[in-house]
Amino acid sequence: MRERKNTHKIFSFDITKIRNDFPVLNQKIYGKPFVYFDNAATTQKPRIVIDTMSKLYSEYNSNVHRGVHYLSEQMTEMYESARKKIQDFLNAKNSYEIIFTRGVTDSINAVAFSFGELLVKENDEIIISEMEHHSNIVPWQMLCQRKGAKLRIIPFNDKGELLLDEYKKLINSRTKLVAIVHTSNSLGTVNPVKEIVAIAHKYNVPVLIDGAQAIQHQKVDVQALDCDFYAFSGHKIYGPTGIGVLYGKEAWLQKMPPYQGGGDMIEQVTFEHTTYDELPFKFEAGTPNYIGAIGLGCALDYLTNIGLDNIKNYEKKLLDYGTAKLMSLDGLKLYGRAENKTCIFSFLLGNIHPYDTGMLLDRMGIAVRTGHFCTQPLWDHYKVEGAVRASLTFYNTLEEIDYLYEALKKVQKTFG
Amino acid sequence: MTIQEIQEEIIKEFKDFNDPMDKYNYLIKLGKDLPPIDLKYKTEENIIKGCQVKTWFYSSFKDGKVFYEIDSSAVMIRGFIALLIRVLSGQQPEDIKNADLYFIDRIGLRENFSPIRANSLFKLVNQMKSAAITCQADPIRKGGIF
Repeated sequence: MRERKNTHKIFSFDITKIRNDFPVLNQKIYGKPFVYFDNAATTQKPRIVIDTMSKLYSEYNSNVHRGVHYLSEQMTEMYESARKKIQDFLNAKNSYEIIFTRGVTDSINAVAFSFGELLVKENDEIIISEMEHHSNIVPWQMLCQRKGAKLRIIPFNDKGELLLDEYKKLINSRTKLVAIVHTSNSLGTVNPVKEIVAIAHKYNVPVLIDGAQAIQHQKVDVQALDCDFYAFSGHKIYGPTGIGVLYGKEAWLQKMPPYQGGGDMIEQVTFEHTTYDELPFKFEAGTPNYIGAIGLGCALDYLTNIGLDNIKNYEKKLLDYGTAKLMSLDGLKLYGRAENKTCIFSFLLGNIHPYDTGMLLDRMGIAVRTGHFCTQPLWDHYKVEGAVRASLTFYNTLEEIDYLYEALKKVQKTFG
Repeated sequence: MTIQEIQEEIIKEFKDFNDPMDKYNYLIKLGKDLPPIDLKYKTEENIIKGCQVKTWFYSSFKDGKVFYEIDSSAVMIRGFIALLIRVLSGQQPEDIKNADLYFIDRIGLRENFSPIRANSLFKLVNQMKSAAITCQADPIRKGGIF
């Protein structure tokens, strides 16, 4: 295969330099240059994140909080400074509104349990949408089962856009919470979350936003959105695995009970009674993933240095180019044609099974994902079991899209 | 032929493939050539659950031997199925139960049989073996997933 040169100068940052920041990209798979198009599943890590975490384990490791010794104090300071970075990144009002979790799934489960215990009763309703990831469906189903509450679903049209008129019809005095995905991991749709929040707030209903696929592609300002909860995962924003964030408005977090008990979240424990620590520690039982949190802070610094606007502009070029290129392939059906979408291409090639397409692309050095991407109800909408998904980000190139196009033609030839 | 003899035969066939892509092209050919499962067995209850690729499984027991009818919606998986059927179908339950399917390693396709892979192959091999064990225990019984 020819070497692909990154010659397109359509952005205000140096793509070659950026790609060099990500060591994993500079390798060959099955002897072919590696094309990583599985960024919606997880993103690669820049060297600065890898080196920082390695240095922390090598030179600084010590458990945070309560320590009286030098390294513990250093680590605590770095951990709390990471919280501050995330506060700034989200433009949250207070740093104690930032709770460290294991990821979006953990964040949503925390709210489903904690908020659910506080406020959800029999016959109450939770609104989600037809395009949710299973992690924003199952915790609410479990809550509904526990409480005898009901799930209500906002449908979407065939382009993959939520039907806001239907949403307005669903919301009522029984609605206790709206939990909605910011950007669909399967279709790429960027939902009008600000409008969704405003509608819910007319009924005094709080809104949780699953930001797993949004925060790495656009500026998120939780105060401007006025959302009540916002969740995201570190590993999808160039940070480490096992760390995530739950932002919650102070008013809610103060009222909500902790969802896990243990060390670090208490004020005082006796066998008769325990009082809980203040925010954010009330929600961070046990030794936190402090090195993960600092690694995440480092990834956010890296992104801020490149500039989220630069990233957004560049990814828009990838989206437009990729859409036109893929649509020019005979027999390819693209799912997710929303007006406002991110760089995710889910498609089927005629009757070729997604698994067959994915396997052959893999042999050509292209990493994609196949299947339902944890959004089975979404694929029920289209009456297919799943698709092939190429999810791109700012270290991908137009040349890689060209290569995918040629590879797909080979797949068609092989299976056609 | 015994299970071992068939495995040796397959290993020999795969030795001719210098380019790994040729191996996959051969699997695709096998997948395309595999006869589809009888429609009466292509039922919901015969689907191997929890796999990304729909795979239908049916086994029967006749004259002391186990016979398999297996199908899949992915051509590549059908290629693997063709190999597994060639090795195990028509063999005696005891031999299937004890079979060491070393040919998978030797033809360099082990990674496709990992339990963490999203395909059905790991489960399928287990299914083929447990069908053989069930036939031994209950020779009258026939059927799909048991």
